This record gives sequence, structure tokens and C-alpha cells, in this order.
Amino acid sequence: MLKRFITSREALLIGAIVLLLGLISSRFPGFVTPANLANVFNDTSPLILLAVGQMIVILTKCIDLSVAANLALTGMVVSMVNVAAPGLPIAVILAIAVGLGTLLGMFNGLLVWKLAIPPIVVTLGTMTIFRGIIFVISDGKWVNSHEMSPTFKAFPRTEILGLPVLGWIAIIAVIVFTVVMTRTTLGRAFYAAGGNPHAATYAGINVGKTQFWAFTISGALAGLTGYLWVSRFAVSYVDIAGGFELDVVAACVIGGVSIMGGIGTVAGALLGALFLGIIKNALPVVDISPFWQLAISGGAIIIAVALNAQANREKGRIILKRAEQAT
Amino acid sequence: MLKQSDIILTPEGATEDAAVLALEGITKTFPGVKALSEVSLRLVPGKVTALIGENGAGKSTVVKILTGIYQPDGGTILVNGKSTTFPVPQAAADHGVTAIHQETVLFDELSVAENIFLGHAPRGKFGLIDLKAMNRKAQDILAGIGANIDPEHKLKDLGIANKHLVAIARALSIDARVVIMDEPTAALSHKEIEELYELVESLKAQGKAILFISHKFDEIFRIADNYTVFRDGQLIGDGAIADVTEADLVKMMVGRDVSQIFPARTPNPGETVLKVAGYSHPTEFEDIGFTLRKGEILGFYGLVGAGRSEFMQSLFGITRPSAGTVEIDGKTVQIKSPADAVENGIVYVPEDRGRQGAILDLPIFQNVTLPSLGRISGRGFLKLAEEFKLAREYTERLDLRAASLDTHVGNLSGGNQQKVVIAKWLATQPKVIILDEPTKGVDIGSKAAVHEFMAELAAQGLAVIMVSSEIPEIMGMSDRVIVMREGRIIVELADRDLQPETLVRHAAGI
Repeated sequence: MLKRFITSREALLIGAIVLLLGLISSRFPGFVTPANLANVFNDTSPLILLAVGQMIVILTKCIDLSVAANLALTGMVVSMVNVAAPGLPIAVILAIAVGLGTLLGMFNGLLVWKLAIPPIVVTLGTMTIFRGIIFVISDGKWVNSHEMSPTFKAFPRTEILGLPVLGWIAIIAVIVFTVVMTRTTLGRAFYAAGGNPHAATYAGINVGKTQFWAFTISGALAGLTGYLWVSRFAVSYVDIAGGFELDVVAACVIGGVSIMGGIGTVAGALLGALFLGIIKNALPVVDISPFWQLAISGGAIIIAVALNAQANREKGRIILKRAEQAT
Repeated sequence: MLKQSDIILTPEGATEDAAVLALEGITKTFPGVKALSEVSLRLVPGKVTALIGENGAGKSTVVKILTGIYQPDGGTILVNGKSTTFPVPQAAADHGVTAIHQETVLFDELSVAENIFLGHAPRGKFGLIDLKAMNRKAQDILAGIGANIDPEHKLKDLGIANKHLVAIARALSIDARVVIMDEPTAALSHKEIEELYELVESLKAQGKAILFISHKFDEIFRIADNYTVFRDGQLIGDGAIADVTEADLVKMMVGRDVSQIFPARTPNPGETVLKVAGYSHPTEFEDIGFTLRKGEILGFYGLVGAGRSEFMQSLFGITRPSAGTVEIDGKTVQIKSPADAVENGIVYVPEDRGRQGAILDLPIFQNVTLPSLGRISGRGFLKLAEEFKLAREYTERLDLRAASLDTHVGNLSGGNQQKVVIAKWLATQPKVIILDEPTKGVDIGSKAAVHEFMAELAAQGLAVIMVSSEIPEIMGMSDRVIVMREGRIIVELADRDLQPETLVRHAAGI
């Protein structure tokens, strides 16, 4: 059991993260203080939330490129609701955010399931549609900090035990979805549908429906993150989180989620997101130019994918070795 | 280095036709299976050599070695008498070896001319493809084989027969010296087959060496000059077709050493559990009807493509039939999805384990419990302890040996993967189990275990349908055999009427 953990993808990532933190602390010791680490975690929370949803989608051999647009649209809607009705309790705001995000995710899922359109096409389309809708409903205008109610802005920043609510929500999501993925029939169906759709069909699993649920979960998490994002940054406009979907996919890939489907864990998505988050937070501190920052993030992604490919190749070799033993 | 034995082997010496391509002592082993054992094959210019053998005899492996897709583990490939290797498919093509596959390997979205010249298109200025020259040359080649096809049409617009002609045109365009035809007539109509024969004659006249793989004896006697028979990866016989009869070839194909021992059974069929009537599909099978009783093993024999698996998949709810009824225990049931089939007690262990059977990235226990999760979970939550209990019970019954039930199925041998798939279905506690080619690609030791287990299942009162293309297995295991050909049931044979020759004759339609 221990041996398997040490050789696992997750252990490798933890090692890489520790190494990375060590390197950074040698240049800038202040980075690894508990307060700053909590800060980095909090900062990475939106990425973690979306990466968990994306992991489930990728697990079923799909991809959701509309998560950032979903986040932006939900964020704009709740901001405008807040402006129109500042007295609305946070619970209602949260319900609207999750509800709307879920509906947007279901829309993706239905197109993939019922019309059998390739997921990359569906979500590329809905990504543009969602951004367009933001422009239409907001008239291209920003919702600024002074228009938002204080409680609306305060919720994600409220600190509990030194960590803001935003960070706690990420932790809760990780725990909830770890349970969903390992302890429910739906979680098992995600692995089965992505690992071998034909075999899953023969076992009585409706692969299309399973994919629909993956998109629904991804949408719900994107919607939740939408509110957290606009309230934390206290601004909402058409282009918020532009291009963020690529960071989310990158976090999954770094976290060992197979782009071919069937392989991936919530812990992997969490660690992949943390790895990216630490790099993005540390590079400015150690005074590396923004251009190099992008190149280094990109390099990390390619190295992760190369390691994944390498790991898969190793699998093939093991079979040959056993064949040698057998003869 | 020439040895005495080499000289003795060719008594006619210089008078014998020189082979343009020959295999000598070729051996190929896959994990657990010896696909080819010291086989030889000679292809002579201007002659058609028929390669004959049952499914699993090693024919496709030979084709893959000849075209550079597989590398042999031992033996030599001779081109014009000189030893060579085909490390990559292109090397085989460079030596003029080309194959026309059962399912033509061409590109639907490219034009006919582009398909013919892909990889060696005529070049014009700046190294760009000279479209005009390409279309003209394609036209010439197509006209040469009597094909009336517009080279600028997209391939997807052509029928299957014309696609074959394009494949042949492609073979001619690269100046092929050896043309391999793998069951070229499988999908053709009678008239198209006649045209193909004419084409083969014209290829012969042009001095091409042709390897013709077919199950149909009328074809073989019509166009082949020589024959080579394989059985279980070994060369059984070769020579001139004029020197043999159909009966000789059938005997060579099916006769074998009694190396496989099947479990002794005393069949004791109970009441009828499954009754199928008038089962039809628009394109795959027609009017399938039979009954199956408890404790019985019913064999389905036929050539590949006879519609057996297609029918079974429909019975299991993967595809919908256009007509027909299914009764289980005397009650008519509607099966619209695999979930319905499992619920009604019908399970299907597919032939293609890798694609349709197991989920390789999941551990053994999760594979075993997958179709039974509804029964052993509570409100969508898994009960791991019950899962392990169920998985342990059925893997132990199958004598599955693995380090732990946590082992990923992808790390198991073929035989053990098969056991996982069977355990998975038994765990659903079915009434009828359909085993599609249960021992295909399984090593001899595991084969015996699977057969033993099948007998045990029947003894316990389960009704077993076994689809198999292996005659010994069909003969050794079945209580009754249904032979299918071209989507229809041809004959139903009782155990006492089973003869290898009878089975082959019904299946091949001779």
C-alpha cells in the first residue's frame, strides 16, 4: 500500500511541490510562512474548484472549455442581482450562482448526450455564447466595487481559523467530490464510461447520461466559483477570467488526469492546481519577468504531459517483462 | 552457406519457379500464444497461391509479417532469394509487396486519384503535387483494370466493389510484384466477384505473384494455382491445387492431434428458459429462432462475418432488431438496452475483451461488481465491503490468481482478463450466459480452465450459448450446434451428428 503511494502520481506531485517551495524559499524565505501559504492556497481556490469539475469531465473522455465563460456569466448575473436587490441574503445569491451554473452545464451535457456533438465543439460554442450573453445583459458595462453591497463582497473574504471562506469552500469541495468519486455509483460510472465506453455500455451504464452528469457538476462548480470570483475581486465585466479554462485544463493534465479519459483523481486535480498556483504566485516574488512566467508555466505543462506519456509507455514494458518470465 | 538439406528440399532444382517472395521457418509468439511456428510460404510470379486455414490458424499474422506490420521472432523473409527484413510497412512496400484488406484501408475523404497515389504522387514545379498528371495516370491505371471510375471523385462516394478496385489500382501504381488479397470477395455480389476473378487473371498475366486468402472453396478451385494450408500456426501442407480435392483441403484444415481434452459431461437439460423467434435485423441477420434449455450448451458455429456476434449483440440489447420475439421462462420480454438484458437474466461476454469486456484502468473488484452495483449499493453510495465480498466470491470460483483484487485489470494476462469478464457477468446471477469466442487469444492452460468452468455452469443449471469459430471447441463442448451463414441459420445439428467436415461444409456453403 505504502509502496504504491510512493510511486503514485500524487506522491510525485507532492514531491515536486515541496521541491518547488524549497527552491523558492532559498531565494525568498517569506514565501513559505504559514500565512503566505494560506494566502497562496486561497488565491488558487477558484482554480481548484474548476479543476475538480474539469477532472470529472475529462475522465469521461470529454472536455469543458466553457467553464471560464460560465463563471463570468454567473458572476455577472449575481452582481447585477446584487445591484438590483442589495438586501438579498448570501444564501440566495449562492443558490442563484450554483443553480445558474448547473443549468449552463446541463445545456452542454444535453448537447453532448442527445445530439452527440463532440464536446470540444459544444463547449467552444457555448463558451462564446455565454460571453455574448454577458455583453447583452450588461450592455458591456462593468459592475464595480462601489455598486456591490458590503455583505456580497465580504463573504468569500471572511476568515475562519486564518483561512478565508473561499479557501474553505475549495477544501469542502475537494472532500465532497473525493467521496463522490470513490464512494458512489455515479463516481464509479465516470471512471467506467471514460475508461472503456464499450465495456461500460455492456455493463448497463448509459455513457451519454454519465457524460451529461459530468458537465452538470462542472457547470455547478463554475457557477459557484462565478460568485466567489466577482465578490473577491469586487468587479464584474464581460472578459473576467478570460482564458482561465486553459489553466483549468492544464491543472488537470499536471495532476495526472489522462486526456484520453478513465484516469484521474480529485487529489490529482487539487495538486495540479496547487502546483500551477504556486508557480504563478512565486514567480513575481522571485522577480522573474512576466514573459518568462508564462513560458515557465507552459514548460511545466509540457513536462507534466511528457511524464504522463512516459508513465503510459512504462505500462507496455511491464507486460513484455512478464511475457519473458512466462516463457 | 548451402547445406546438403537445402539441395534435397528442391528436387526440381532450377526448373522450379523462383519465388519472388518467400517465408522460411517463420515463428511468431505473442504473450501466451504461439501464433506461428516455423511456417514457410512461397509466392511465385504469375501464380495465385491460396492460403487456407481456420480462424486462428495464423493467416492474418502471416499477412502482417509480409507487410511489415509484425516482426517475426525467427526465420527469414526472402525477396528474390535474398534474405531481407521488413522493419516497417514502408520497407515491404518498397519491395513491391502490397495488401488489399478485407476492409479496405483507404481514405474516404480523399479523391480516388489521391488514394491511388498517396505517398508517391507525381511531382511538378517546386515539388508540389502535379494534380493533372496524377488524375491522368490514375485514369490510365483504372482503365487498365477495366474500372470505370472518375479519379476525381471522393472515395466515400464509391461502393465497396469499386473501393476494392481502387485498392488494386493503388497496388499497381506502386509497381507491386506481390499482391495480397485478404478475403477480397467477402463483401462482393456475385457479378462483382466475377469481375474480380477477371482482374486476378489479368494481374497473373502481368506476372504479379498473388496471395489469395479465402474461406470459400469454389473460389479457391476457380482461381488458385497453388495452395498452402495452415492449422494452429503450423504449415500442414502445400502444393499445386490440381493435385488435391476439396475433401483433402477440408481434412488438412480441420484434422488435428487430440491435444485438447474437453471435460466429460452428462447433459441433463431442464425446462426451456429462452425462446427466440423470428429475430431479424435490416442488414445483419434474418429470421433467427431457437430454444435453449436449462443446463444446456448451445454452440453457434459459422465463418467470421456470418452474423453470429451481431445477433447476440442484438439479443443483449446493444442494437435493436426489426422483428422477432424473446421469451424468458415462458414470458415475453422487451430488451431495449443491456441494462434490460441483465435485468432479465441474459448476459453477454463479448469476444473483444479489450474493447468491450474489461475496463483496464479499473481494479479487478470494480470490474467484477460494475453491472451488479445497483443490487449492492444503497441510495447511490457504494458498499465497499459488499463489493469485495462479491468480487472475492466470483473470482475464487473462477480460480483467478492475482496479487490482490486491487490489481488493475490491465496488468493481468489475457486468460485472467477473460476470467474477470466472466466473473463480472456471473456476479449478476444470470439465467442465460452468452460466451462469444470464449477462448480466443487464450493460452492452452487457461482454455482448459474456461471449458471446465463452462461445463460446471451448465451442470449448475445455467443455459449457455457459446459462439465459437474453433471446430474442436464447438465439437467438444456443445450439446447442440446451430450453424449460421450469411445472417441465417443454415442447420441445427445434434451432438451425435457432429462431424468437422459437416460443420465446414454448412458454414462455407459447399
